[in-house]
Amino acid sequence: MTDHHGDIDSVTGKSTTGHEWDGIKELNTPLPRWWVISFYLTIVWAIGYWIVYPAWPLISSNTTGLFGYSSRADVAVELANLEKVRGDKVAALGAASLADIEKDPALLALARAKGKTVFGDNCAPCHGSGGAGAKGFPNLNDDDWLWGGTLDQIMQTIQFGARSGHAKAHEGQMLAFGKDGVLKGDEIVTVANYVRSLSGLSTRKGFDAAKGEKIFAENCIACHGDGGKGNPEMGAPNLTDKIWLYGSDEASLIETISQGRAGVMPAWEGRLDPATIKAMAVYVHSLGGGK
Amino acid sequence: MNKTVNPNDLTSNDDNGPLYVAQKKVYPQSVSGTFRRIKWGLMAFCLGVYYFLPFVRWNRGIGAPSQAVLIDLPNSRFYFFFIELWPQEIYYFTGLLIVAAVALFLMNSVGGRIWCGYLCPQTVWTDLFYAVERLVEGDRRERMKKDKSSDPMKLERISEIVLKHSIWLLIAWWTGGAWVLYFNDAPTLVKELVTFQAPMIAYIWIGILTATTYVLAGFMREQVCTYMCPWPRIQAALTDEWALNVTYRYDRGEKRTSVKKAIELRALGEHVGDCVDCYQCVAVCPTGIDIRNGPQLECIQCGLCIDACDNVMTKIGRPKRLIGYDNDINIQRRQEGKAPVYRIVRARTVAYSAIIAAVGGIMIYTLATRSLLDVNVLHDRNPVAVRLSDGSIRNAYTVRLLNKSGYDRVIAIDANGPANLTTHVVGIDSVTPDRPMIVIPRDSTSELRLLVTAPAESNPEKSVPVLFHVTDIGLGEVATATDNFVSP
Repeated sequence: MTDHHGDIDSVTGKSTTGHEWDGIKELNTPLPRWWVISFYLTIVWAIGYWIVYPAWPLISSNTTGLFGYSSRADVAVELANLEKVRGDKVAALGAASLADIEKDPALLALARAKGKTVFGDNCAPCHGSGGAGAKGFPNLNDDDWLWGGTLDQIMQTIQFGARSGHAKAHEGQMLAFGKDGVLKGDEIVTVANYVRSLSGLSTRKGFDAAKGEKIFAENCIACHGDGGKGNPEMGAPNLTDKIWLYGSDEASLIETISQGRAGVMPAWEGRLDPATIKAMAVYVHSLGGGK
Repeated sequence: MNKTVNPNDLTSNDDNGPLYVAQKKVYPQSVSGTFRRIKWGLMAFCLGVYYFLPFVRWNRGIGAPSQAVLIDLPNSRFYFFFIELWPQEIYYFTGLLIVAAVALFLMNSVGGRIWCGYLCPQTVWTDLFYAVERLVEGDRRERMKKDKSSDPMKLERISEIVLKHSIWLLIAWWTGGAWVLYFNDAPTLVKELVTFQAPMIAYIWIGILTATTYVLAGFMREQVCTYMCPWPRIQAALTDEWALNVTYRYDRGEKRTSVKKAIELRALGEHVGDCVDCYQCVAVCPTGIDIRNGPQLECIQCGLCIDACDNVMTKIGRPKRLIGYDNDINIQRRQEGKAPVYRIVRARTVAYSAIIAAVGGIMIYTLATRSLLDVNVLHDRNPVAVRLSDGSIRNAYTVRLLNKSGYDRVIAIDANGPANLTTHVVGIDSVTPDRPMIVIPRDSTSELRLLVTAPAESNPEKSVPVLFHVTDIGLGEVATATDNFVSP
């Protein structure tokens, strides 16, 4: 760059930078000294910071700084303190029975608050943030419970899950009657329509109710019970109510009967501590669906 | 566009003076008279209220704070005698601020800077600090002499200065101490403060207020009014020709002459001003101005120059109030030989009074009629509605009940909508079906989960309004909230 310091502005008597736009030249006004000094100080500060605090990522670790400080350790300490502060309340939650928690407004509030957070972290991906569920994932706000909706039953399901691989998990599945060749195409259509008729839904024109009933009696009653009332022991849904986990339209039913269903609820024992599972059970029960 | 600017063409647009003038030390002289007495009285009143109000007790029943004025931040409550405010009623403070602002306007349109001269904390504490200074170091002349003295390090002088600053700090410390008493039970806090058991934050605030009081009233003084305070600027825009201001009646004062000369000239029948150029009005002025130069931004209109001038006028046998409360119009009128007119009732003052009355009235009305039972309802968003196995539809709500009274209440909740709704509160086995009852402890809130169900056959529309009735079983007080009942 050419030195333009010799170019003097006639009005102010100051030198210009030599930059010119439409006849307007820029005065060469240096930055204030305090500003420049502050700027250099920030550089010095930054270098000091790199040395004092953990800063530079290395290949397998990072520079650790001078005083062994790490924000991760700070967080751990703070979390431990938090646990200590909440200790009494959480202990009370762990000691109380499920029914007692619901009757004590303070414990109920605590369980609901704790449960809501944990639910958001762990359960919401499948059941939705408000527990509204989705196709294949039960709505926890309604009163239809495959494995039972009392406090204890809900707790049991959360602890061990369903088809989770845990020894105490709920087992039982909807067989794939079509894929396994137990029922033929037209039989599946007939029994699907029969199941729809159980809960008062419309049926296909010319559908043979007697035949459907016969197929149902031979293949389905074992799990779904007489009249399709379901069986919480085996997780067999009630087919006479208005709630359908996998959909109540004919196509969905045909798919269910042909392919079978075996949704998995993971076991949370071991992943969440007992007091948390208790809080979860109370929270889910208080969503409104509990029996 | 390549025109060269000739520096001689640039005209200076400077204002008349610099933006800031270094502080000139002001040595106000003591003075006695009507306005000084008013100032003493108001100072005693203001300081008395500030320092002792936290110790006034008010019985609110067992378990409730017994302090008449208390800002209870941890529990989000504000107590003012018989009034207890909750955080959501903070709008009363808005009302209070409106009233305060308009009251300031009203004061200003009637009598100029009454606030600045008599009531502003800066004025009150500075005045108090001046009184201390006068007591320890003597009056104006003595202080000026001592400050100018070539031998300031005499033991006597040092002890004087130490004593003055000690008293100042003591007052400042007490000022900070009184401040924190408004935020906690005063007697308890005093005990805790003395035994060093009080929370750190209390000591920090005492420190802050001690420092500000000491610095603002002891050192910055009139500088605060001149440079820090926005009110002189706002006041200048609000004032009008009818507003009474501390005014030098130059029509009567000019032309200034000595007492002797004035007598001689008067004997000859010539017009002579009453002002004898004694500078007493300047000597007593706490902001160090000369009121005879006309209305000035620095003038806080404390009226001390009126007292000083009156004393002189009495001595030389001339009528009082050469300096007095007056307005622009009257000076004009007197010069024209007309009688002065004072008009307090004007469009402006009537409007201000009306605003104060209206806002105050609304506040009093709402305070008097406000409910001590309240209910807030929040509809569940996810899911908004749930179909149950028998086809009935249920909506869930988070209900917050507020019991602002000083006693526990048993309340019942009803949900009324077009459909035949049933109500259930989670965690409560209701004795009366569909009308759950719950106890809310006094001065607290309870959050409930409320489930409202419409039977399948009712077949409600997509969204119907629901009215929640919350009834105090004992007193029959009712609070309501509306929301919607949604169908899937």
